[in-house]
Amino acid sequence: MTTKRMAIIATKGTLDMAYPPFILASTAAALGYEVQVFFTFYGLQLLRKDLSDVKISPLANPAMPMPVPMPVMVQMLPGMESMATMMMKQKLAKHGVASLEELRDLCLEADVKFIACQMTVDLFEFDKSEFIDNVEYGGATTFMGFAGETDICLFV
Amino acid sequence: MNFDKEYDASGLSCPLPILKTKKALAEMTSGQVLKMISTDCGSIKDMQAFADQTGNPLLEQAEEGGKYIFFMQKK
Repeated sequence: MTTKRMAIIATKGTLDMAYPPFILASTAAALGYEVQVFFTFYGLQLLRKDLSDVKISPLANPAMPMPVPMPVMVQMLPGMESMATMMMKQKLAKHGVASLEELRDLCLEADVKFIACQMTVDLFEFDKSEFIDNVEYGGATTFMGFAGETDICLFV
Repeated sequence: MNFDKEYDASGLSCPLPILKTKKALAEMTSGQVLKMISTDCGSIKDMQAFADQTGNPLLEQAEEGGKYIFFMQKK
């Protein structure tokens, strides 16, 4: 039986959107898939050694449940983002959902390959020392070499 | 049912019970049986799907007081 393959393009850098690529990648790897995740634009935030800056904002996120209905003007106040992030992290922990760091480590342990978009790294003038070590740098062409031969390819 | 190893994933949510099951199986030899305990009701479908896709037979499953118990044999 040939090994199945999955490719994911991760473009978002917020807490809520960080989970899907890591959950799907780690699960596919556990099922024996060969997995690559291509991190581009804001998705690069998910490769930082320190993930504490990965946050969620109630602003422009109308489907996010809040304990009390909150006018947009209130959601704009300083501290609201930290509060929403803290609440979300508490909720995740209470339900036994893994932290992003844990899921990312499980991906790496299962040999999921992380590719950082070199163009975005240059564009945003990222310092590669801020990123975890197990990352390859490449462009769309590098990723396409793998993505073109996959069974599942997702854009997150 | 006899088993060679036990892993308790109580309190953990998807995908951790499956990921930890995979890790536990990796440390076992072919034919050995893993007892896995989970409190995540999603595990019922997920463990069957995991068995179907990886070829590790799910020998038995049961529910006891809100806990789901699985016996999986390493292929």
